[in-house]
Amino acid sequence: MTETAMSTAKSSKLNGFDLKTAGPAIALLILCVIGFLLNPAFLSEGNITNLLTRSAFIGIIAVGATFVITAGGIDLSVGSMAAVIAGVMIIVMNGAVDTFGTGLTTVLIGCGCSIILGLGAGLVNGLLTTKGKIEAFIVTLGTMGIYRSLVTYFADGGTLSLNYDIRGVYRPVYYESFLGLPIPVWVFIIVSIAGWFLMNRTAFGRYCTAIGSNESVAKYSAIKVDRVKTLTYVIQGLCVSLATIIYVPRLGSASSSTGVLWELEAIAAVIIGGTVLKGGYGRIGGTILGALILTTIGNILNFTDMISNYLNGTMQGLIIIIAVWLQRGDWGRKTSAD
Amino acid sequence: MPDGLSISTPILSADGISKSFGSVPVLFSVSMDIRAGEVHALIGENGAGKSTLMKILSGFLQPTSGHIRVEGVDTELPGNGLSEALGIVLIHQELNLAEQMTVEENVFLGRELQSRGVLDRTAMRAAVHGFLDDIGLDISPQDRISQLSIAQKQMVEIVKAMSRDAKVLIMDEPTAVLTEAETELFFAQVRRLKERGTAIVFVSHKLAEVSAISDQVTVLRDGQWIGTHATKDLTPDSMAQMMVGRELSDLYPPMNEVDVDADHLLSVQNLTAPGVHDVSFDLRKGEILGFSGLIGAGRTAVFEAICGLSSRRSGSIEFDGASATFDSVAAARDAGVVYLTKDRKEKGLLLGQKMRPNLSLFALPKFVKGLSLDQKAEDAALERAIRRFDIRARDPNVNVGDLSGGNQQKLLLAKVMECDPRILIIDEPTRGIDVGTKQQIYHFIAAIAAEGVSVVVISSEMPEIIGLCHRVVVMREGEITGILTGEDINESEIVRYAAGLKRERQQ
Repeated sequence: MTETAMSTAKSSKLNGFDLKTAGPAIALLILCVIGFLLNPAFLSEGNITNLLTRSAFIGIIAVGATFVITAGGIDLSVGSMAAVIAGVMIIVMNGAVDTFGTGLTTVLIGCGCSIILGLGAGLVNGLLTTKGKIEAFIVTLGTMGIYRSLVTYFADGGTLSLNYDIRGVYRPVYYESFLGLPIPVWVFIIVSIAGWFLMNRTAFGRYCTAIGSNESVAKYSAIKVDRVKTLTYVIQGLCVSLATIIYVPRLGSASSSTGVLWELEAIAAVIIGGTVLKGGYGRIGGTILGALILTTIGNILNFTDMISNYLNGTMQGLIIIIAVWLQRGDWGRKTSAD
Repeated sequence: MPDGLSISTPILSADGISKSFGSVPVLFSVSMDIRAGEVHALIGENGAGKSTLMKILSGFLQPTSGHIRVEGVDTELPGNGLSEALGIVLIHQELNLAEQMTVEENVFLGRELQSRGVLDRTAMRAAVHGFLDDIGLDISPQDRISQLSIAQKQMVEIVKAMSRDAKVLIMDEPTAVLTEAETELFFAQVRRLKERGTAIVFVSHKLAEVSAISDQVTVLRDGQWIGTHATKDLTPDSMAQMMVGRELSDLYPPMNEVDVDADHLLSVQNLTAPGVHDVSFDLRKGEILGFSGLIGAGRTAVFEAICGLSSRRSGSIEFDGASATFDSVAAARDAGVVYLTKDRKEKGLLLGQKMRPNLSLFALPKFVKGLSLDQKAEDAALERAIRRFDIRARDPNVNVGDLSGGNQQKLLLAKVMECDPRILIIDEPTRGIDVGTKQQIYHFIAAIAAEGVSVVVISSEMPEIIGLCHRVVVMREGEITGILTGEDINESEIVRYAAGLKRERQQ
């Protein structure tokens, strides 16, 4: 109908600069300026490196979450999943010391174990949602509780600590740098590029978008809806396992408080980045910026006494709400012809 | 003033209404008088401005210039449905019912009867019961909307309007999704409302219905008022001519004879599936096979079972001389059997996406080069499709949901044709699109068949089945009651088989 003529004619000229797409980048830039004004040390090389490394965990998990959310799902279990994977990794590596010593082999066994667990846990979430036809929210709420209690059980309510000698071998994965950037940042970069390619350049990414937009249309367009949705959870699991692999050497331990609220930070990063929570539109680039924004807020609060560091959660919460409000995009514009 | 017949004051009238969206004018000084107890049809091609005029008449839009008069008094109608207080009710094409709530809750939504702060359910139920009895609708006030058929939902909308004491009822294509039987029932209600003195305005693309039910017809073309006439002075043909402004000599393309010796490309034997019972038929190469029957007769279910969209209980399917079971849509597509849904908004197109991803979605594996999608090939395909199917979009970057119904349908046809099918199944090829686009779609279908593709046309519009198809299969209650050829393909024969008055033994 003719009603649409106006809006399309107007937007075509503005395509070069889309506020919605640029929003997260602008927000990050503003945060950096604020950080610098509060304390010039914010932009020191040491702090920037630290900030990027800290973002890597949430960032990598959030890349996986972008697929799940774009395809219309949700995964609340990622934080607990990371904790249980970390716990099992430590148990397995400690157990492998007797047979394989404290060398690289043991660490590799630990990493392999992490990846298998991540893929498996993702597959469970995926199959329960698709074949089991249970709401993703419920499935992952359930697995979230299960994984969390499992890690508490394995640690017997306390902390699982990695064998001290293995720590020495494993430590560089978190603390060493390659070409000036810490290893976790490299992993983050590689995961981001792979995620971006998968989302924007492959049939799989297109299928995720289609399913999130309208599952019936996807089904009638010969898309194997269940398979694609399950795969998004598997990708999420893989991302969690990668994040865990670079997280474990940081502290060398796991406990029931490992990864608490990571699921919310990951989902927040995805939403701040412009991905639509109800699915159908996903932006990996935005997700990465979202993860950086969340870490930057915490970092700035560390640098200033104006706001207590304990209010980190408040600031993050405010940013999420403001980001979504901005993305709604109908402020200042006349309500549409409808 | 249009050449009015009655001298009584119109209950609602539009006088010199113009409307522009931004700098785009869509209505040019349109006038229309609506009188009590009269059914006034509003016709015109898609984009002629009918929806806009209806929204202005019901206050959802304000005119750029011109006046709305209610019972002769200049009135600025309040927006957002508040005109209902004045007795002017618009029933949208997309019905406005809360699916998970009951009939009774829907009818009283927003103005629930209460006594002492608590819902007075007994009173509401009694009231709804009264209305339902009144229009002879056989459902309970406690039925959930999601369990009702589309026709019944439509009736609930009418009950809702009645309960609001509507003086003017404006309906946007109320019969678009109704079968002929349901339409009859619906018209019976319309006549009853008319006797009660309700003025009814309705938009329809079905000109035969306009002839049957309306008293006055107003024709719009490209936002201009073309004329208002008493229905008895018009024939469907003359209406169509006024709508398009040219002769519509060949709505249907000439029929190519199919080679009677052509191979059976598809042969279905004793198919039983949900909603389908013991169905057998053959499809020849290059043939256009019609499927007629009432809505719910199982026509769609047959092809959903064949294309892997639903499960099959028993029966065999032979495709291209070999036994075939398509257990997924992808398998059917890869073999060259594609189904084009009748529900283009819910099952056909991603309305929030642009044309390119929509076009390539069904045939996406074809566009994969190495690991990634070949976006150049997608662009080329879109360019081809726009040319071949004459898809008119103001901007190639427009969201598909903003295209007109006719252009959406053309895009949907282009989308399934990207799969290079050998059998194309089209369910309701022209639902809710104007006569000019219909004609184009018919010619596309004929051209596709002439290329050697076998086409199945499932349609509730009898003229299109008769005008387009080589053979016609008639279904009733999940079974095939007859397969008609040649001279037998006519309305009365089809109706007899569809209504179960006649039935031929299947061999």
